[in-house]
Amino acid sequence: MDSQAIATHPEQEQAEHEHSPYLRHHFANLEQQKETSTFGMWLFLLTEIMFFGGLFTAYLIYRNWYYPAFVAGSHQLSIGLGAFNTAVLICSSFTMAMGVHAAEMRWRKPLVGWLLATLFLGCVFLGVKAIEYHEKWEKHHVPGLNFSAEGFTKLDPHYPEDKPLPLDMAEKTQVYFSLYFAMTGMHALHMVIGVSLLIILVVRAWGGAYTQGHMTTVENFGLYWHFVDIVWIFLFPLLYLISRHQ
Amino acid sequence: MSTIVSLPDQTTATLPKRSYLNDGYGLKSWLLTGDHKRIAILYLISITFFFFIGAFFAGMVRLELLTPPNDLMAADTYNKMFTMHGIVMVFLFLVPSVPATIGNFVLPIMVGAKDLAFPKINLLSWYLYVAGGVMTLAALILGGVDTGWTFTTPLSTHYLNTHVITAGLAVFVAGFSSIFTGLNFIVTVHRMRAPGMTWFRLPLFVWSHYAASVLMVLGTPVLAITLVLVVLERLIGIGVFDPAKGGDPLLFQHLFWFYSHPAVYIMILPGMGVISEVISTFSRKRVFGYTAVAFSSVAIAVFAFFVWAHHMFIMGISNYSALVFSLLTMLVAVPSAIKIFNWAFTLYKGSITFETPMLYAFGFMGLFTIGGLTGVFLGSMGMDIHLTETYFIVAHFHFVMVGGMLMAFLSGIHFWWPKMTGRMYPEGLSKLAALVTFIGFNLTFFPQFILGYLGMPRRYAAYPPEFQVLNVLSTAGATVLGVGYLLPMLYLTWSLKYGKIAGPNPWQATGLEWQIQSPPLTTNFEETPLVDYEAYDYEWLANKTKHEVQTVG
Repeated sequence: MDSQAIATHPEQEQAEHEHSPYLRHHFANLEQQKETSTFGMWLFLLTEIMFFGGLFTAYLIYRNWYYPAFVAGSHQLSIGLGAFNTAVLICSSFTMAMGVHAAEMRWRKPLVGWLLATLFLGCVFLGVKAIEYHEKWEKHHVPGLNFSAEGFTKLDPHYPEDKPLPLDMAEKTQVYFSLYFAMTGMHALHMVIGVSLLIILVVRAWGGAYTQGHMTTVENFGLYWHFVDIVWIFLFPLLYLISRHQ
Repeated sequence: MSTIVSLPDQTTATLPKRSYLNDGYGLKSWLLTGDHKRIAILYLISITFFFFIGAFFAGMVRLELLTPPNDLMAADTYNKMFTMHGIVMVFLFLVPSVPATIGNFVLPIMVGAKDLAFPKINLLSWYLYVAGGVMTLAALILGGVDTGWTFTTPLSTHYLNTHVITAGLAVFVAGFSSIFTGLNFIVTVHRMRAPGMTWFRLPLFVWSHYAASVLMVLGTPVLAITLVLVVLERLIGIGVFDPAKGGDPLLFQHLFWFYSHPAVYIMILPGMGVISEVISTFSRKRVFGYTAVAFSSVAIAVFAFFVWAHHMFIMGISNYSALVFSLLTMLVAVPSAIKIFNWAFTLYKGSITFETPMLYAFGFMGLFTIGGLTGVFLGSMGMDIHLTETYFIVAHFHFVMVGGMLMAFLSGIHFWWPKMTGRMYPEGLSKLAALVTFIGFNLTFFPQFILGYLGMPRRYAAYPPEFQVLNVLSTAGATVLGVGYLLPMLYLTWSLKYGKIAGPNPWQATGLEWQIQSPPLTTNFEETPLVDYEAYDYEWLANKTKHEVQTVG
């Protein structure tokens, strides 16, 4: 118990205090500093899980209540664009992981390259998302601003085995699209924040900030990026793939 | 057994030459500081400001209720008054009160650290708090909000033309300030403890802050997303809570109370931490059942997440879920009672002295017990249906939050004031203030239990004349209470310049924060402390003071 709880070691403090310019004054050594910031990042991701958790709860309840409306709404999304975006994000997680590896190896130019690739893929994702949102607007599927349930009361030519929805259930597709926009919108907002942070990281990585042995920032940003990616891995099947087996 | 410790002679104490207060001058050295102690002072100033704003609205509510008819202000204005009172007091005072001020100041020192784990995030959290506060003031100046502090849908999304969006975003922003404080505390407790400071040597103040931080970190994001959905519903009309589009307003209630019930534990747990420190110090005895008190904080944090639906018994949730939530609600009373009983046993055979913090702590124990027990009344379904939405609820909530939390806050402020400023508060005047607060509080809120039991509903500007006597008593009490709150503000400000010099350990308390100079150095410790004694070990302290000459430098 005792030895585990000891977080700082005064002897090491003496040894390391002098040389590392990255050591902040209130930590005893770099190891403690690194552990602390990584732990803080994981904790922040936990708060993010709770943040999205509210939306997933709402989704769970309404999907059970209005399953036919959710099926009909889901069929209006482009599975091709969604799958493409999923692939883009998975690739971007790969490039991000390679970036962290490059930082570990202290390779400056490869680090900048991998970060730029991640930035590019992030922008591709947001671009495709914008196309999808535009398409929703054209089809009058934006609840509150531009919505019409008319399409759902008729037979869908792509899914001839689905019966058209009765009017009251057709209205409930608004809940589906509300959640679609809230969930993908919150996800996109996280992507925008991620892309903005990446720009800063690229500039600082070019200056060599993360390739001299102090790369906690890149590592923690990597955790954030993977988290946002994982949220999408959940969103894609939940929103795009409801009853697509026909 | 209690240890008899003689208080140090204060006439010989001098203020240290260097401290965090004179390490850099000017506005910039405060507004851009990373020092947890300076941020605590910034928080203290800002929450005091918002406390008096919130208190002003409370005063207006009580003034309107002096007479039965709706005569002082329009009913709409009255709605805004109690809403603004609730929003300001809950989100801008109670949630950050102890953690962001006293916790920020002493928690890192208690664990033997030089600062919180993330000083910049700590400063960011203060700026977010100020931003949230400014947005609340903006909503107020633009014309106010009248949803009640609960932002209940569809009232807030469809039927009101007040500044719900501004107020909602203000709470959203202030919420992130509380998330960052909680995150900082958890990481600090895990990773920044000094050598030898094991989990079970931590002062109970740290345990209770740890438990409250877990609630802040897990609960607040849910409130954040809920408010985002309310704002989106109002702004562009998405339909997650809108019955016309298939949404369910009850879902809003579930999500809102999933945060807002744990939020009352966010508010009270840090207060319980203060009480543990104060009771132990002024009985010169280790807290009875240290481990039980520590784990009861954790138990409260865990149970807190499984009782939210007791706010919804009359809102049409199923009888079975109401039954389960009713039982779980009663379970929360167990860890709270463990604390009260253990504090009582700590007092037993202790060498009790009656300094001001102790008086407030006694106030806390009595009033919190009444507040807690009436909570059990409300947790049982039959009683709840009779009493909910009446003044009984108002009285219950204020007994816990004002009688409990505010007493704990004042107790803590008096207790650590010598550490924060290096000077003592005037003892006689402060004892008077504690007494006035206690009398004023009971006069204000006890009649409200009776009013509620007799059926006076909350949130109405007018009431039948037969309730007037009790309402006049309550309003008179609020006036006395107001004096009780103004007094500390005045004499504490006075003591900054004229108070007696405190010396490092005026109470002979055992925490690490009392083993350093007051006010502390910016780095807290001259060298990293090595902890080789248990918490609240007064024998150790007595031996230490016997062998050592206090130097002030």
